[in-house]
Amino acid sequence: MGIIVGKETKAIVQGITGTQGSFHTKLMLDYGTKIVAGVTPGKGGQQVHGVPVYDTVKEALENHEANASIIFVPARFAADAALEAIENDLKTVVIITEHIPIKDSIYIMARAKEKGTTIIGPNTPGIITPNECKLGIMPAHIFKLGTIGIASRSGTLTYEIAAGLTKAGLGQSTCLGLGGDPVVGLNFIDILEMFKKDEKTEAVVLIGEIGGNLEELAAKYIKETNYPKPVVAFIAGKTAPPGKRMGHAGAIIMGRAGTAQSKIEAFRKAGVAVAEKPSEVAKMLLEKLKH
Amino acid sequence: MKLFEYEAKNILAKYGILIPNGGLATTPEQAEEIASKIKAPYAVKAQLLVAGRGKAGGILFAETPQEVKEKAEKLLGSKIKGITVKSVWIEEKLAIKRELYFGVTVDRFQKAYVAIASSAGGMDIEEIAEKMPEKLVKFTVDPIEGFRSYHANYMAKKLGYEGKQMLQLASVFTRLYKAAMDYDAELMEMNPLVETVDGQFVAADARLIIDDNALYRHPDYTARLAEEGEFSPEEIEARQKGLAYVKLDGDIGIIGNGAGLVMATLDAVQLYGGKPANFLDVGGGAPADRIAAALNIVLSNPNVKVVFINILGGITRCDEVAKGIIEARNRLGFTKPMVIRLVGTNEQEGKRILLEAGIHVLDSMEEAARKAVEIAQKG
Repeated sequence: MGIIVGKETKAIVQGITGTQGSFHTKLMLDYGTKIVAGVTPGKGGQQVHGVPVYDTVKEALENHEANASIIFVPARFAADAALEAIENDLKTVVIITEHIPIKDSIYIMARAKEKGTTIIGPNTPGIITPNECKLGIMPAHIFKLGTIGIASRSGTLTYEIAAGLTKAGLGQSTCLGLGGDPVVGLNFIDILEMFKKDEKTEAVVLIGEIGGNLEELAAKYIKETNYPKPVVAFIAGKTAPPGKRMGHAGAIIMGRAGTAQSKIEAFRKAGVAVAEKPSEVAKMLLEKLKH
Repeated sequence: MKLFEYEAKNILAKYGILIPNGGLATTPEQAEEIASKIKAPYAVKAQLLVAGRGKAGGILFAETPQEVKEKAEKLLGSKIKGITVKSVWIEEKLAIKRELYFGVTVDRFQKAYVAIASSAGGMDIEEIAEKMPEKLVKFTVDPIEGFRSYHANYMAKKLGYEGKQMLQLASVFTRLYKAAMDYDAELMEMNPLVETVDGQFVAADARLIIDDNALYRHPDYTARLAEEGEFSPEEIEARQKGLAYVKLDGDIGIIGNGAGLVMATLDAVQLYGGKPANFLDVGGGAPADRIAAALNIVLSNPNVKVVFINILGGITRCDEVAKGIIEARNRLGFTKPMVIRLVGTNEQEGKRILLEAGIHVLDSMEEAARKAVEIAQKG
């Protein structure tokens, strides 16, 4: 169990012949992820770590059964890769690529909505359901099978917190990165809905950061729906100055919106425990799960 | 990337939106000459990339070309909000009947562009949203259908216009939307969009922020990035080396991998009573030379008393980070203390390299943050 990806996931890798694509295909295969084919236009007929490569997604699907894609294509070509995956009815598309223009992302998300595709990213470390499927670039050894669902806007900070949970004996049901861009496929509310329905998930960790108002909206949702599972949050960027982009394209305080303080307050008002530092997340979860 | 007012206005003009007659001057004499060719009275506007320029004294008015020269002299070379004014835009002051607002920006939650209009122009749009939300007309644009004439007509009507004027205003809206899309705008706005006493709609001020990730589609502006304005020289250097750097006003230099982790590192330093000197994200999979470049940039800030390096290796390899640190130390010959937290991929090898060079390594981010603060406070 867990959400979005699991044992039933059969994926293709778009951009499989590139450095990142090839490197992570190997690591995903090592983890046990079912990678059935790769796609790189112009490189059809090759093999990467034993995975056959095709010129188009359509051809890959004529020869293999798949329901997901992970994209490592460079930013200028990534939008077309995503649209190709959506058009060919792959149900889950993970876009690892960073620096995709917002206009392209908006169009991708609109097409995905029409087709009912779940998009993770762009600019995400991907998703992992421990022991079942890793569709991403996260270091696998820090995750352990368990009952905590994690959704995050960041990469390494997620590893920091997940490693802390694992060390404290708190394994994970599914852990995913929403993506560091302003426009991404899934927001915290979408994920909370999924974790609510997932029987294996007992508690949820939300890792947010400055910029936008997705955390505030999630807090509102938690409060209004009287969310049935414990939620612990961590927000990065309390020291970020307004108007400066903090590494992620989406991490910017514009005018009055998007400050860490506003997000922390919203969560606290909704009964969500907010950790002051990453190491506190595990402690707070243990505390909440005792009750 | 932020564009100057005059650049944004020139784009509007290209799309058939009226702007006041005017020109750009870098000397008081030029300003006077421009004024002599257009109609009095005049507005003299400092070209700056910071918001709130008007309130900070960056917009002056004049009755004669001679007075324009004096006002330009006053503005040019002066500092407004800490930034030196290098150019001024001289234009005809409009005879205002009504001030409106129209802009296009991104709604993250809806994953769409949103067109916003208001009859309370001239004010900060966030202030309008907060104080008189009833004066805002918002329209979420369907990304596939686009912003159509009838959407624009609806918005113009909501602002109280009818007949020919409604059509004129709606056409200004659709033109701005087209410009915003063509220029990959994160934000494009006219504030105020003035209805003049003779019933025309003229963009009195304009703002355009181009999505940095789409700059490759706008080569005209890519070159300017290296010049000035929005970013400090260190920030530009960092960008060219694939690093994200933001200078802050504290004394603890910070380097880490991954934007979220670096932000959390800054926060941890502050939690223990320290003040970060910067944000620096080396990104994923940084090789030794990128780490060395990062140290170089952080240490170029004379306020830095101690450098705190926080690496959690996933695709970043700890041995590469260690090599980069040693390389930078040997090349730059710096003696400032470093606090290093290094865990993850190839951790043992990384630690071995550093220990051999006499550099101590910590495992916990919070312990390291505390240590860095302690060193900074001792001076």
